[in-house]
Amino acid sequence: MKQLNEQAIEDIAMGAAVLGTGGGGDPFIGKMMALEAVKKYGPVSVVTVDELEDQAQVVPVCMIGAPTVMAEKIPSMEQVTAAIECLEQEKGQAVDAVMPIEIGGVNSLIPIVAAAKKGIPVLDADAMGRAFPESQMVTFHLEGYLPGSVTLADEKGNVTLLRPIDGAWSERLARAITVEMGGSASMCDYWLSGADVKRAVIPGTLHTVEKIGRIIREAHGKMENPVRNILRELQGYELFTGKVVHIERSIDGGFTRGKAAIEGTDRDRSKVMNLYFQNEHLLAEEDGKLRAVPPDLIAVLDEETGYPVTTENIRYGARVTVVAFPAHLKWRTEVGLETAGPRYFGYDCDYIPVEKLCKGGKAE
Amino acid sequence: MTYRLGIDVGGTNTDAVILDESRQVVAKVKQPTTSDVMTGIYRAIEKLLAQAPVDRGSIRYAMLGTTQCTNAIVERKQLNRVGIIRIGAQATTAVPPLAGWDDTLRQVIGEHIHVLSGGYEYSGKTIAPFDEEGLKQAVREMRGKVQSIAVIGVFSPVRVEQERQAAQIIREIAPEMHVSLSHEIGSIGLVERENATILNAALMNVIQGVVDGFNGALQKHRIGAELYLGQNDGTLMSSQYALQYPIFTIACGPTNSIRGAMHLSGLKDAIIVDIGGTTTDVGVVQKGFPRQSALAVDVGGVRTNFRMPDILSIGLGGGTVIHEKGSELTIGPESVGYLLPERGQAFGGPVLTATDVAICLGLADIPGTDPTRVRLSPAYAQRAHRRMVEKVADAIDRMKTSPDAVPVVLVGGGAS
Repeated sequence: MKQLNEQAIEDIAMGAAVLGTGGGGDPFIGKMMALEAVKKYGPVSVVTVDELEDQAQVVPVCMIGAPTVMAEKIPSMEQVTAAIECLEQEKGQAVDAVMPIEIGGVNSLIPIVAAAKKGIPVLDADAMGRAFPESQMVTFHLEGYLPGSVTLADEKGNVTLLRPIDGAWSERLARAITVEMGGSASMCDYWLSGADVKRAVIPGTLHTVEKIGRIIREAHGKMENPVRNILRELQGYELFTGKVVHIERSIDGGFTRGKAAIEGTDRDRSKVMNLYFQNEHLLAEEDGKLRAVPPDLIAVLDEETGYPVTTENIRYGARVTVVAFPAHLKWRTEVGLETAGPRYFGYDCDYIPVEKLCKGGKAE
Repeated sequence: MTYRLGIDVGGTNTDAVILDESRQVVAKVKQPTTSDVMTGIYRAIEKLLAQAPVDRGSIRYAMLGTTQCTNAIVERKQLNRVGIIRIGAQATTAVPPLAGWDDTLRQVIGEHIHVLSGGYEYSGKTIAPFDEEGLKQAVREMRGKVQSIAVIGVFSPVRVEQERQAAQIIREIAPEMHVSLSHEIGSIGLVERENATILNAALMNVIQGVVDGFNGALQKHRIGAELYLGQNDGTLMSSQYALQYPIFTIACGPTNSIRGAMHLSGLKDAIIVDIGGTTTDVGVVQKGFPRQSALAVDVGGVRTNFRMPDILSIGLGGGTVIHEKGSELTIGPESVGYLLPERGQAFGGPVLTATDVAICLGLADIPGTDPTRVRLSPAYAQRAHRRMVEKVADAIDRMKTSPDAVPVVLVGGGAS
């Protein structure tokens, strides 16, 4: 079984920012928490989906609420495990492994904190394969699982247990409680057996973000450009290289929505890419032609360093390379596209896989 | 007629000017920064007065821009020990103060850390009652071991009472201690604001030395002017204010260049390129003030979030070392810095620098140099020159905010 040390945590944080596809919250606080937890409680073991026993008990743990609140009112370690322990009481058994609900952004790191403190492994898998803005956008939902009992905990010691009738109610109730808890809380839902986990998760994603982070770090050390190696790792496509020339951004219904226009340089000279986002980068078109649509992943990387650029930090004059990666097959089903396809996000187009849109293009 | 005296102490050179009432430059000097910076200031004033024999009594204002605080942090020197009071437990305990700081800096600051109950929610409601007794005990314990105390309350930018209350308690128990309150230093983002506040508290001795030295240099010259220090956003602060908030001087180097370039060019919207000895710093003036950066800023490896000018710094300056390896040509990033007059080839030294390339091509003529000393073929010098121009042009383009043409102002020793 592999162990996560401090270097691995740094790499996961960087890679998680890439798969955060511009959103998912700044992994910084999550990284600091995970580093501290490993320093205090020792390294964390990683268990793969294949290694997991069918009767093992697994629970995702994450933070819910505004990332800005979390950056100021940083959680306690105890509140992260309190949500798990409440669910253990409810179930009458101990949890064998924790897992990230999403692999993009800050929530990739929270299970490492819990795993270190509880002395249990973290599962190399997640339920999105990226970051998404809404909580029903998880593969558990696609596979027909309900959230089951849901727990929320704050730093004051308050813990709540909910038994919502479905995912939508879980979201409504959890949001309301989170507000009362001070705008940020730790949360557990979708307690699953090892057998269910094998059906309902995207395997190997923790390892993937670690590898991406390592690629960026090593390239940085050698003053090389990591973009090509990132594309190879994720079977991705380079869509466009250019300079951001226009940004529109508004806060709407709790989301950051907007559009960025990028003017091409080098081989994309005299072309323009429009990038649409809602917390995450969602849709890319070049001179009116679609280049990538959700649920496929779009990441904006600094042209030189390969560091990911978030939708909040993208700004005029930035030199960027826009890349796209195919979403996991679970998202390319009918229910997957209903949940997170282009029409769900309000774009008037059908889903076309990125490999088709980029046919004859710049695949690595 | 009254006058103003302006002094900028950079890593390489100390520049000084005297302006008259209509803000015209009546005297200016440039001289290498000395290891004892205050002697440098004294000498600079001496030369200014020799150039323009103005009546000392008519110099009413004296402004200083200095990177002393920045250097103290980067070099981990002269910093004082700091007591750290964070108010917010049980929240925040997953990331303790000084997490992510390197060992040298931790040791210099000392690890006097107290995380106390208290803090606010984003709404201004109390998270937990403020632990006054805990604070009193902590202050008594730290007395004599630290010179200043940094107080950081959760959501203090939203509600300041607990931090103020803490300051009052500290002053009652230990009136000799400096107190830095986080809500006066930074914005939302606990770790970054805390780091900035701790650095501020650690700079108390350094800033006292700067102000005393500046005062001393003026007094020796019998100049009774009001003292000001340049701060990050391009405005000035009185020396009394600077003694409380030394961290606000941290980026005044590039800011001073931007303000000076604006003043001399008369432009309110422009890109300013400050070519120094070690780096070229590109900044933007918008409506008369330096554009501010919204991102977290690393100061000496410590992540902070207070407002800083938006500067793109590239490793190219007058002292930048040019490496020749066969046909390979690399520019920097290392620099001989203020040692240029000893190390540069045109000055008779062994190192090939950007200045040597300019002299070799006849683009610059500096007293004490000889182009024939530069061991460089003209073709190679042309190539190096082209690469340097490309680097600067690219940096300018990155800082532009629209595709429209924008005036560019070149300043600094390397600009000529």
